[in-house]
Amino acid sequence: MIKLIIQSVRQTILWSIVAGVIYPVIITVIAQVAFHDQANGSLVQRDGKIIGSAFLAQQFQGTNYFWPRPSACGYGTGPSGIVASSGSNLGPTSAPLHTNVINNISAFISGNNLPTNTPVPADMIYASASGLDPHISPEAARLQIARVAASRGMSEDKVKALVDQFTEPPQWGFLGQARVNVLLLNVALDQAQAEAKKAETGAPSKG
Amino acid sequence: MTTIEIIQIVLFFGLGIALTPPVGRFMAKVYKGEKTILHPIFHPIENVIYRLTGIDPNEEMTWLTYFWAVLLFATVGFAADLAIFMTQQWLPLNPQKLPNCSWHLAFMQAWSFTCNADWQSYAGETTMSYFSQIFAIMVHQFLSGASGLAVLVAVGRALKRASVKTVGNFWVDLTRGLLYFVLPISVLWAIPLAWQGVPQTWKPYPTASLMEPYTTQVQKTDDKGNNVTTNIQLVLQAPKLDAKGQPMMANGAAVMIDVPQVDSKGLPIMTNVPVMVDAKVDTQPIPIGPVASLESIKQLFTNGGGWYNVNSAHPYENPTPLTNFLELLAIIVVPMAQVYMFGLLVGNKKHAWCLFNVMLALFVLSFIVAWYYESRPNPVMAGAMPNMEGKEQRIGVMNSVLWGTSCTAIDNGSVNSMHDSWMPLAGMMPMWNIMIGEMLFGGIGCGMYCMLFHVIITVFIAGLMIGRTPEYLGKKLDAWVATWAVIGVLVPNAACLLPTALAVEVPQGLSSMNNGGPHGLSEVLYCFAEAANNNGSAFAGLNANTPFYNIGAGIVIWIGRFIPIISILAIVGRLASKKTVEASAGTLPTHGLTFGLTLTGVICVVAALTFFPALCLGPIVEHGLMLAGRAF
Repeated sequence: MIKLIIQSVRQTILWSIVAGVIYPVIITVIAQVAFHDQANGSLVQRDGKIIGSAFLAQQFQGTNYFWPRPSACGYGTGPSGIVASSGSNLGPTSAPLHTNVINNISAFISGNNLPTNTPVPADMIYASASGLDPHISPEAARLQIARVAASRGMSEDKVKALVDQFTEPPQWGFLGQARVNVLLLNVALDQAQAEAKKAETGAPSKG
Repeated sequence: MTTIEIIQIVLFFGLGIALTPPVGRFMAKVYKGEKTILHPIFHPIENVIYRLTGIDPNEEMTWLTYFWAVLLFATVGFAADLAIFMTQQWLPLNPQKLPNCSWHLAFMQAWSFTCNADWQSYAGETTMSYFSQIFAIMVHQFLSGASGLAVLVAVGRALKRASVKTVGNFWVDLTRGLLYFVLPISVLWAIPLAWQGVPQTWKPYPTASLMEPYTTQVQKTDDKGNNVTTNIQLVLQAPKLDAKGQPMMANGAAVMIDVPQVDSKGLPIMTNVPVMVDAKVDTQPIPIGPVASLESIKQLFTNGGGWYNVNSAHPYENPTPLTNFLELLAIIVVPMAQVYMFGLLVGNKKHAWCLFNVMLALFVLSFIVAWYYESRPNPVMAGAMPNMEGKEQRIGVMNSVLWGTSCTAIDNGSVNSMHDSWMPLAGMMPMWNIMIGEMLFGGIGCGMYCMLFHVIITVFIAGLMIGRTPEYLGKKLDAWVATWAVIGVLVPNAACLLPTALAVEVPQGLSSMNNGGPHGLSEVLYCFAEAANNNGSAFAGLNANTPFYNIGAGIVIWIGRFIPIISILAIVGRLASKKTVEASAGTLPTHGLTFGLTLTGVICVVAALTFFPALCLGPIVEHGLMLAGRAF
């Protein structure tokens, strides 16, 4: 028995070094060299400042931005810092979930000035699993185009072109679902508007 | 049901089945000590490891010594984990300055990870330092997986032996498995995950400046961090009365006014209310870390204990549909291959394929039932469908259900959707997969030997029915074997139902429920079912980070791990010491359709007799209430 205990301790220490040091270091070296951007969290930067991650949703409520899916964890942040990722974990016969569903449907319809009988896509009605789902369905993006375009004074065609650009089909044609990355789309919107303004202010000096 | 969904399902099962023979053959070679392509590099290392850890690779163990080795190895791991979790704030690699875990959380998590259950009652990104994630969690995901596999190898080896008292050497099985198989395949799987966007870095969490900062209200705190409250007179709303004492009406509704409350002496009734202040939220902390290296071992060796709170539903753990597919495939590859390896070890491939087909059939059936019910409209939620509550857009309903049934058929326990929010009968199928003992391929090692208990019971029942001495793989089965097989099945089942019954009787159990009505019972039932079968998935609404659930689940996980291990080793230890008898015309074959169907029947009858009443009170009655439009 004593012999088995000593062997257990020695084996645990040995494998802690192999699996706990050598293995993750090998993976870190490979990932940092070959996939540097992804290994550090696929961060999105603007003017040298980190403004988010391509894989984490942020809260957008303004009329000039596309809105992400409802989150049960405040999109991972709050007044006192980080909030752990979480779904609502409300079940199919939950009265609080019923309230959320009704509120989400009416908020989406009134917020986008849609006819009251518009079927709202399920991804905008129900909260995501992580509370950080970076994507919405292409249908949910399409229903927001008119509102965003009007708020920014951009043409609907231009906004629609951007939505199309950021719509990802199922990966490799057959994996997962089609989706639109909300944060990347909103960054592109800001950029397109800034460029349009620059072109406008730049025009008179030329003429 | 769309074309691409069908393609994904066919590809998933097809690739799993196609990889079974090559991977199983490789595993059998490794454990038999035969030459593989990795031998030139790893064979010298293997010998160094034996020397460093004081092991004589030629020494053989009896079944009882083998069991002690497994148990003591896990216990040493438990002690190490307990120490790490409770001291992490003073240890290195803690850039977020996270505090120590409570003793009850540390107790539960230490058993959870060393028993391959990987159930988690904490949120990883806000609880565990990088040091804990790596040394207390990831290392034991390797060791517990390899231990389970070693037990299965001993079982296969012992069944092949005759008239000997020993079953092999645990340290040799453990070392060979880790070195030639577990570590290389984990490296192989981690690389594409890192490519697709799973982080792998040791830096602290970066902070992003939000594109759209917002203001919210929080309770004011003083310098010491205490909440500030203020004492004001209690004011309630009451209908405004006209001169005649009748309520005044406007637009069909009573006009309400504020009425300051006074007591019988006319003094104001005071009440404490929190002082609220505006708080600006303009940043988002981005939780990163060495996630990819943990992710591959977590998926491959039926661990399932994720880096983040929501496991593989988190966009960093599972960023794209491709990672979702690879992680799904990782769930089934090794468990499927272990059946083939078992066939090679006992020298009866026909029997192994028969077990494989029974497992596959029940697995596919559970997926189809769950998918059907998950795709139905929910009358309580205004018929909104599909049910995307607790699901991710890139993954969708089909892949969520496929994952949920896979990770429970196979003792993996990772999730990519919140099972708590599934439709009642869809959510029942993961529970069912867990309750039948998680042996539809099952956990690494443990799924296969849980299946063997049922095989032995089937052989016994079939033998009794036609009046022959039951034989299994050329060995006559006696009362000792049958007794241990029944212990191996019944003890985990009791360890699920008895604590559930206790939990719904005491306030400590009831207060953790997140949902009302029958769904609350489902949460508790799921909790102890997965603990007793070492699964690790959850109806995560249950607040399990309480002394009651942490201690209860910790003990149940221990029972669910070591009772089946001692049972199967006791059985094969007995069988190894017996003489082999040649198969005769009177021997019942343990392959073919008849045997497969009888086995399926035994599995379903045993589980249904044990769990049907509990399931009726949980998901089944909830389904009926949902159709009637009832909400809780």
